[in-house]
Amino acid sequence: MISLILIVFVSLFFTGLISRTKSLLSGRKGPGIFQPMRDIFRLWKKGSVYSVTTSFIFQIAPTVYIASVLMAILMVPFGNKPGLISFDGDFIMFAYMLALGKFLMIISAFDTGSSFEGMGASREALFSMLVEPAFFVLIGSFALFTGHTSFLEIFSELHYGTQISYLLGGLASFVLIMIAMVENSRMPIDDPKTHLELTMIHEVMVLDNSGFDLGLIMYTTNLKFAMYGAVIANFFIGMFPLGVSIPMFLIIQAGFAITVGIIESFMARFRMGHNPQFVYILTSVSLLIFFGVLLVLGKFA
Amino acid sequence: MEKSLFEITNLIAILAAVSIPFLKMKRGGILTLGIITLTVIANSVLALSIFTNGPVEFIYPGSWVTGAVPVRFDYLSAWFILVTSFTFLTGTWYGAQYMKKYAEQEDNLKLHFTAFIFLYISLIDLCLVQNGIVFLVIWEVMALSSFIVIIFEHQKRSTLKAGINFLIQSHVSILFLTLAFMWVKTKTGSFDFNAISVYTSSETQIGAFALFIFFFIGFGIKAGFVPFHTWLPLAHPAAPSHVSGIMSGVIIKIGIYGILRVLMNIKAEMIPIGYFILFISVITGIYGVMLAIIQHNLKKLLAYHSIENIGIIGIGIGLGVLGLGYNEQILIWTGFGGALLHVLNHSLFKSLLFFSAGNVYQATHTMNIESLGGLIKKIPHSGYLFLMASLAICGLPPFNGFVSEFFIYNGLFHGLVTGNFKLILSLLFSILGLVSIGGLALICFTKAFGTVFLGTPRKKTAEDFSIENRQRIWPMYLIAVLIMIIGLFPVIFNKYLSNIIGLYQPVLAGDSNGGIFSQLTVIGWYSLGFLLLVVLIYITRSIITEKYKMSQNLTWGCGYIGSGEKMQYTASSFIRTYRKLAEPLLLIKKEKEDARGLYPGKIMNKTHALDKIEFWMIDKTVLMLRKTLNVFVFLQNGNFQAYLLYGIVFIGLALFFPLIYEKISMLINFLNQL
Repeated sequence: MISLILIVFVSLFFTGLISRTKSLLSGRKGPGIFQPMRDIFRLWKKGSVYSVTTSFIFQIAPTVYIASVLMAILMVPFGNKPGLISFDGDFIMFAYMLALGKFLMIISAFDTGSSFEGMGASREALFSMLVEPAFFVLIGSFALFTGHTSFLEIFSELHYGTQISYLLGGLASFVLIMIAMVENSRMPIDDPKTHLELTMIHEVMVLDNSGFDLGLIMYTTNLKFAMYGAVIANFFIGMFPLGVSIPMFLIIQAGFAITVGIIESFMARFRMGHNPQFVYILTSVSLLIFFGVLLVLGKFA
Repeated sequence: MEKSLFEITNLIAILAAVSIPFLKMKRGGILTLGIITLTVIANSVLALSIFTNGPVEFIYPGSWVTGAVPVRFDYLSAWFILVTSFTFLTGTWYGAQYMKKYAEQEDNLKLHFTAFIFLYISLIDLCLVQNGIVFLVIWEVMALSSFIVIIFEHQKRSTLKAGINFLIQSHVSILFLTLAFMWVKTKTGSFDFNAISVYTSSETQIGAFALFIFFFIGFGIKAGFVPFHTWLPLAHPAAPSHVSGIMSGVIIKIGIYGILRVLMNIKAEMIPIGYFILFISVITGIYGVMLAIIQHNLKKLLAYHSIENIGIIGIGIGLGVLGLGYNEQILIWTGFGGALLHVLNHSLFKSLLFFSAGNVYQATHTMNIESLGGLIKKIPHSGYLFLMASLAICGLPPFNGFVSEFFIYNGLFHGLVTGNFKLILSLLFSILGLVSIGGLALICFTKAFGTVFLGTPRKKTAEDFSIENRQRIWPMYLIAVLIMIIGLFPVIFNKYLSNIIGLYQPVLAGDSNGGIFSQLTVIGWYSLGFLLLVVLIYITRSIITEKYKMSQNLTWGCGYIGSGEKMQYTASSFIRTYRKLAEPLLLIKKEKEDARGLYPGKIMNKTHALDKIEFWMIDKTVLMLRKTLNVFVFLQNGNFQAYLLYGIVFIGLALFFPLIYEKISMLINFLNQL
C-alpha cells in the first residue's frame, strides 16, 4: 500500500523534475515541477477529436494502458513491506502486464491508418522486445542471489555484505534506468521533444490521441517512471525502517529524475539503426550481473 | 462401461463414415455433424469419468501378428481426449458453415466428411491403444485421413503439392516409429508399450537414449519440432480453415502425446533426455516465431506460430524431465503442468485464430495481409475474437496463454535458484529463449492484427461480409469463453493436472507442488481485478468525457488530406527494422526494380521469406538426390529388350549372389586357415 501511495505521489512531479533539470542546465529558468501535471489536468478537461478511421480499439487502448501500469505498480513492494499483491513469480506478471498495455498502444497506432504512426509502433515493438530479456535476466540474477522468486522476498533479502554485491546493485540500477528510458521512450533512444514525425517513437504513436486519452497516456508515462524509480529504490532500502526508507525513496526518485534530465541534456539521440545495439548492451550487462552472482555464490563449476 | 462405450463410439463412427457415400450430400453433412457431436459427448463423458473413477484398462486378445492389444484409459489419454474432442466439436460446427461455400462439389465433400470422421476417431484411439503395431495402423489411418481433409481444394496445384509433402513427411515419421517399435519388439517380443520400460530398464544408457531419439523423431515430425517442422507451413495454408484449426490445435498435439507417453514408459537416465528436449524446444520456439514475423500469408504466419508453441510446450516437457532426473518436485510440477496446460491453451487460441482467419479468407478471398485492412468494421466478431486470441497466444494476462507460460517461467526461475551450474546455464538459456519468444510474438501479432483488421483496406479485395453469421460465430465464442475461464480461474484444472503429473512421479507426497496451485488462484483474482480496473477507468472516462465536445476528423497526415490508404504503414514496413536485424539468420529472397532515368517505368519490390532449414535440409537434399539419380536415367530408355535384360540380370543376381557369396566366404576361410 505504502509503495502505491508513494509512487503515485512521485509521479506527480517526476517529469516536472526532469524538465526543470534540463532547463536549468541549459541556462533557463524553466517551468515549475508541477507544470506537466497541470498540463495533464488541462487535457483531462478537454474534448477530443477522433479520426474517422479508428474503431473501438483506439478508444479503449489508453484505458488498458494505464490500467496495466497501475496493476503492475500494485506488485511493487516497498523494501520489506509488501505491495498490495505479492506472490511467487510476480515479476513475470509485472513484465507481462506492461507488455499488455504496450500491445494495445501499438495496435491503436495501427487503428488510425496513419502513415507515420505505424513507424513509431514498429520501433516501440522492436525495442521493448529487445529490452525484455535484460529485465528477466536481471531479476533472474537477483533470484539466484537471494534464493527467492518474488519481488518482496528478493528485495527484503537483499543485503550488501561484500563489495562485489555493491557493484551488482550499481550495475542493476544502471540497467533499470536504461530500461526505464527505453520503455518511456526518452533519450538516448528517443527524443520526446523532436518535432519531426520520422524520428519519433512514442510521440508519433500517439499523434492522433487527444483530450482525455492523451492525458491518460501522458500520465501513464509519469507513473511508469515513478514505478521504475521505485524498483530501483527497492535495491537499496530493503533493510531500513520506514523513517529512513521513505526519505531515501524520495531521494532516490529525485536522483533518478535528475539523472534522466542530465542524460537528456548532454546526450544526443542515437541514430535509429544504432538503437538495437544499445539495447543489446543492457542484456549483456544483465548477463554480466548474472555471472557475477554465480561467482559470488561460488556456483561456477 | 468404458469398454462398451469405447466400442460403440468406434462402431458408430465407422458405420457412419461408410454410409456417407451413399447418402445425399446435405444429409451426409448433417450426419457428420451429428456423429461428431455425439461421439464428442460420449468421449468427454468417458474422459471425465476417468478423472473421477481412476484409470481403466482392458485387453483384447488380438491376433498372432499383434499379440494382445491393451487399451488403457489413463489420465494422460483422458486429458488429450478432452482437448481433441473440444476442438473437434467447435471445428466441426464451424466447418459446417465454412464448407457451405463449396456446396456444389458434392463428391469431394462426401469424401471430406468420411475422412473427417475417421480423423477424429483415429485421434481418439491413438490416445488409448497401447500396442505398437495397432498404434501404427491407426497412426496410418490418421495420416491418410488428414491428408484427404487437407487436400480438399485439390484443384489447386499448390494445395496438392503441400498435401503430398505432408504425406511424405508423415510416412517418414511412421518409418521412425516403426523402427522404434520393431526395436523393442525384437528385444522383448512384445508390442505392448510396457515392453518399452521392460527393455530400457535392462538396456545401457546409450541404447535407451537412442531408442528415445527414434521415438522423438517420429513423434517430433508430427508435432513440428525444428528441424522436422517443414510440412506445417505448407499444409496449414493449403487446408480449409476449420481443418487448419484442428490440425494446429490437435493433430500436431498427438505428437506431443506420443512424446509424453514414451517418456512415461522409458526407463532411462532422464537428465540427458531432459537437456536434449529443452535445447531443441528453445530452438524450435525461437525459430518458429522468427519466421512467423516475416510471413505475409496469414495462415502461414499462424502455422509458424504453431511451431513456436510446440517449442513452448517442449520447454515445459524438458523442464519436467529434468525435474525427474534431478528429483526436483517443483520442476516436475511446473514443467509437466505447464506443458499439459499449454497443450490445451494452444488448441483453444490457435483454433480460434484459424477460424477467424477463415472468416477473413471467405470475406475477402485473400490471405495476403498486405492487401487487407480495416476488417474490424466489416466483420467485427471475427476481429475482436482474433484480437483476444492474439493476446492469449502472446501469453498476456488475463487470458489463458499467460497461465501456462507462467507455470513454465516459474519452474525456470525455481530451477535457477536450486540447480547446479549446468542446469543454471541451461535454464538461463531457456529463460532468454522464452522471453524472446514472448517479445517476438508480440511484434508478430501486433503486425498481423494491426494490418488485417485495423486501418483501411490496402488493396481492393472481394467484399463478402455477409459470411459472418450467427451459426458461424457461436463455436468461436464457445472457445473464447473457455479462454476466459482458464485465464480467470486457472485453478479448476488443479485436479486434472495433479492426476496426470502423478503418473510420472510414483512417490507423490501430499503437497509437494511448491504452492504452484495457490499461485494460480492469486493470478486468477489478479486478472479479474485487472478487468475490473479497466471497466472502472473506462466508465470514469465516459462520464468525464461526456461533458466535453467530441468530434471526428481525418487522421493526421502532416496537412495532407487526400486518401491515405496507399500511404498506410504495411506489414513489411512494420517489421522492416526487425528484418534488418534478423537478416543474417534468415533467408529472404528479394526482387526489386528501382526507378531509373528521367521517365521511370514500373517500380516494384517483392520479398519472399524462405525457410533456411527447409532450403538446406529438404530442397537441397532432394535436388542432390535428383542429380545423382539422373545419372542413371539412361537405363530408362523405353527399349523393351533392355527392360527384359534388366529382369534377367536381376533374376540372375538374385539366384547367383548367395552362391557367389558362399564361394567367396569359403575362399576367405581357406585363406584364413593358411
